[in-house]
Amino acid sequence: MTTNAMVKSEGVHKSFGHVEVLKGIDLEVKEGEVFCLIGPSGSGKSTFLRCINHLEKINAGRLYVDGELVGYRQKGDKLYELKDSEVALKRRDIGMVFQRFNLFPHLTALENVMEAPVQVKRQSRAQARQRANELLERVGLADKAGNYPSQLSGGQQQRVAIARALAMDPKLMLFDEPTSALDPELVGDVLDVMRDLAESGMTMIVVTHEMGFAREVGDSLVFMDGGVVVESGHPRDVLTNPQHERTQSFLSKVL
Amino acid sequence: MSVDIDKADGPADVPPPKAGPEAIKAIPVRHYGRYVAAVVAIGVLAAIVYAFAQGKINWGAIPEYFFDDRILKGVGQTLLLTVISMVIGVAGGILLAVMRLSRNPVTSSIAWFYIWFFRGTPVLVQLFVWFNLGLVFEYINLGPIYKDYWSSFMTPFLTALLGLGLNEAAYMAEICRAGLLSVDEGQTEASHALGMSHAKTLRRIVIPQAMRVIVPPTGNEVINMLKTTSLVSAVQFYELFRYAQDIGQNSGAPVEMYFLAAAWYLVMTSILSVGQYYLERYYARGSSRSLPPTPFQKIKANLLSLGRPKGAA
Repeated sequence: MTTNAMVKSEGVHKSFGHVEVLKGIDLEVKEGEVFCLIGPSGSGKSTFLRCINHLEKINAGRLYVDGELVGYRQKGDKLYELKDSEVALKRRDIGMVFQRFNLFPHLTALENVMEAPVQVKRQSRAQARQRANELLERVGLADKAGNYPSQLSGGQQQRVAIARALAMDPKLMLFDEPTSALDPELVGDVLDVMRDLAESGMTMIVVTHEMGFAREVGDSLVFMDGGVVVESGHPRDVLTNPQHERTQSFLSKVL
Repeated sequence: MSVDIDKADGPADVPPPKAGPEAIKAIPVRHYGRYVAAVVAIGVLAAIVYAFAQGKINWGAIPEYFFDDRILKGVGQTLLLTVISMVIGVAGGILLAVMRLSRNPVTSSIAWFYIWFFRGTPVLVQLFVWFNLGLVFEYINLGPIYKDYWSSFMTPFLTALLGLGLNEAAYMAEICRAGLLSVDEGQTEASHALGMSHAKTLRRIVIPQAMRVIVPPTGNEVINMLKTTSLVSAVQFYELFRYAQDIGQNSGAPVEMYFLAAAWYLVMTSILSVGQYYLERYYARGSSRSLPPTPFQKIKANLLSLGRPKGAA
């Protein structure tokens, strides 16, 4: 594993109105790493994830993806906001998987996966279709290519969503509680796809409540609470031998 | 439990297999109100029909002129005006809705002002204003492309189109805005996360989904527009109503021609209603697991079930 930082966060703050959700997040995600974010709801982990691809604007601090500032350009000591088109350009390299899947309901599974490569990367339809079929095969849904999202189970929808994100050949994948909206028996299929992706060397940041997945697949783990990082380290160490009282009480409830 | 296996050839005296508790045979509630309502309705209808039959109306004139060349031409003009006005209305409506939802305060204010003005004044008044705008602009001058007197530029047809189309755009804008707002925010986020621009997200992701909400009220608007076109007879444009009026005055059967026009409007709106049904079905795809049957399929199914004998009796 290389030691390049894919994501670097320095004192990131984020407020919604008067509510401060992130109160100074410092962390580093290395290239090729599976980085798990755990914590109670409202701890700011999803918000932090959304800051990484600039779906949310940060209020203070610095956030870097692959060495470049997120959402801004620095010239001298001045920061310039990026234009929408420049933000869009950077988002191409960051795949995101949502808790509620957010598949496009008016497109089939195949069309969902083809949409961005054709529209954004200007790939030919034939080329995009071939790649989309390969990706659907990879997530085990080759036979569902022609189905609309409403005809798929939650687990199948989420796997299509993963294929859709992968179609842009991202260098970083963000997972926002990808299994939280699924029936328990469907969680395994999605986790298998994610495990397979981790083995292929993809850099992944995963907000999750699946402690088993974090322990087996994760390279690093951060426990967040109240908008700050409480504890971080190797998942095995943090999960089996938590140092902070807050971590201990959280884990005793979820494990 | 003993069951006769040899059911197919079983003789008639074999007792039927026991199937749980006995089916309920109760006397249904009598709905006397329905009979009363039906009798009253038929009575009222008969009275109306009788009154009209007694009136001094020359019913024979209606079939005589129903397919008159002028009437058919009028129907064509009415349809043409409806279609083009609606195209202007829908295109303008989408544009205005996008402008109103835009983060740019200038464009959203312009859209707000437009909608405020065009919804706030009667369409008939707007038609007259367009028609008489020559008082304000004597010439229309598009530099080297086109230059003419306003009065000869603003033909009745153009007046009708602008008057109806621009007014419709204000109404369509509100319908489209409701449609755009109905699409889940997660769709926009997912699209942005894939690196799609605002414009692409709108065109490829949001608008196609908004259509499901936009289409049904738009169907109503088309039907409304078809009827509203009769107003443009006031600015000298010849369409169905105007032709019917003309024929009525020349042939001495004015009221009959109004009935004729009403019948034609009914025919056209009925056809549009059918079209709207199929359009709604088209935009519902992907949102439900299976589409509801078309009326034709329903009729077919009903006929099949009618043909099947209900009991052995």
